[in-house]
Amino acid sequence: MLVFAAGSLLPGNLGRNVLGQFASEQDVAIYNHNAGVDRPRIVQYLDWISGFLHGDLGTSLQYKVPVWSLLETSFVNSLKLAAVAFAIVVPLSILGGTVAGLRRNSFTDRAITITGVSFTAIPEFVTAIVFILVFGLWLDWLPVTATAPPGSNVATQVEYLLLPSLALVAVLFGYIARITRAGVIESVDADYTRTAYLKGLTRRRVVRQHVLRNSLLPTIAVVATQVGYLIGGLLVIEKLFNYNGIGLRIYTAALNKDYPMLQSGVLLVGVVYLAATLVADVLYSLLDPRIRFGGAE
Amino acid sequence: MSAMTDDAAGFEPDAGLVPSEAKIARREMVGQLLRSKTFIIGNVIVGFWVFWALAGSSLTPHDPLEQTPAILQAPNTTYWFGTDQFGRDILSRVLAGATTVLTVAPLATLLAIVCGTAIGLITGYFGGIADETISRIVDAVLALPLVVIAVTVLTALGTSNMALIVVIGLIFTSPVARTVRATVLGERRLDYVQAAQLRGERAPYIMSVEILPNIAGPIVVEGTVRLGYAIFAVAGLTFLGFGVQPPSPDWSLQISENYTLLTAGTYWWTVLFAGLAIATLVIGVNLVADGLQQVVDQ
Repeated sequence: MLVFAAGSLLPGNLGRNVLGQFASEQDVAIYNHNAGVDRPRIVQYLDWISGFLHGDLGTSLQYKVPVWSLLETSFVNSLKLAAVAFAIVVPLSILGGTVAGLRRNSFTDRAITITGVSFTAIPEFVTAIVFILVFGLWLDWLPVTATAPPGSNVATQVEYLLLPSLALVAVLFGYIARITRAGVIESVDADYTRTAYLKGLTRRRVVRQHVLRNSLLPTIAVVATQVGYLIGGLLVIEKLFNYNGIGLRIYTAALNKDYPMLQSGVLLVGVVYLAATLVADVLYSLLDPRIRFGGAE
Repeated sequence: MSAMTDDAAGFEPDAGLVPSEAKIARREMVGQLLRSKTFIIGNVIVGFWVFWALAGSSLTPHDPLEQTPAILQAPNTTYWFGTDQFGRDILSRVLAGATTVLTVAPLATLLAIVCGTAIGLITGYFGGIADETISRIVDAVLALPLVVIAVTVLTALGTSNMALIVVIGLIFTSPVARTVRATVLGERRLDYVQAAQLRGERAPYIMSVEILPNIAGPIVVEGTVRLGYAIFAVAGLTFLGFGVQPPSPDWSLQISENYTLLTAGTYWWTVLFAGLAIATLVIGVNLVADGLQQVVDQ
């Protein structure tokens, strides 16, 4: 509803925007009538939301085709980019956070923490530009465009997505590593870890079975909340690399006042975010036997 | 909470008798801040950019807006950071480019802190239905990615610095309100609040005169942390074209104007220096926030 309200607030006469400066008043009115934007807001809203629930997202005002036909490709593209970013950042930051936590206050810990905090604070497009310069142009390791040539295999596609995802990785690494580090420190100090050592278990086993299992819980929660950031980051990164993803769709739709596209895109983003939070909750309860849904105390 | 809380609050009715204790606590805090390396380094970096934000184009070696025939020159002795596609001096543009972001981001943060503190105080102090309702609204705002909300709303409002301040300020009100509410919940049960309630003080008085000074530390920390995020958000939205418009020498704008040149040829100096400027500013702000947090948390 919030999404719809924001969309409807956008000023500007739709027909005038689409038909251009020189269209007659009459044509504009006819266009607006056919597009249904001259109806009362509430009617438009009910129409739209019921369509959404039936899987019909309406027709793009800019491209004159069903919204979903465009949104689907973009959505899949964004999922690919996000998947590459997550596949890199999750293992990397858990490893970094664990190492930092186990060697608390050492030089390694400082280096990891400071790098993480700095990269987290720097806007993703700045990191992306630096990465493009270093890895794309100077070292010439990676392609500087995100879109692989059509028909290329998975490996090539991933190669093309590496550079854009690295910038997202840089922002997310700090958050996730920090939470993992805090979790590791907490469980290293806990009684059960001391018990495990005193039982005579090897350090490797203690870390894997006792420390990691407990410290990964908060990490999962933070990974889920970062999905929200990630979607916003996609908007900037996809614009920078001109990559046809959901972020670029939302951006162009906002620029062109393509309401059905904008609303559907934003709503889709909201749904994805809720789904991610839900998945995290379920994972959390699976990993932590102390939390059980349904109130079985 | 800190030692300051006890000193300033525990003896509230006799505050006149123990001003020295509160003063000592405060002086100790300042002393700790001055000994914190992160805080000092952060302040030096931020101070440098604040200086240039205030000086603007009056002290730069060239006029940041002046177009010359010397286009896209690599860094050399005349133009230390090179020139852009209109022959403008990049060193001057980077120095003068601090102004917009250091106006918009702090004002947005201020708006968020003022609104967020007010909402957090009210919800935390009263609880009940108001708390429930406002907390749900706060959750709803936090549920959508900031950039997505901002892009949608900014398209509606049109692009101006004012719109950017209002949008980011209002979005950041939610997390500030959440932090302040949590802190107030902790304070509410303390003796000094109950003492004030028993004295028959009115709620607005208790909130603003009794509680507010005691939660000032966490609010200042929240403000600095938020400022870092605000710079991040302002930079991103300006890059997308929703902030200040050309020919402003704003850093994000420089990057969005020039990054397409990167693939055409390696005109790296047109974007790298502006990028480094943003990076140093946000790192500086974060160092200050870190230093403050360490001292306040003690």
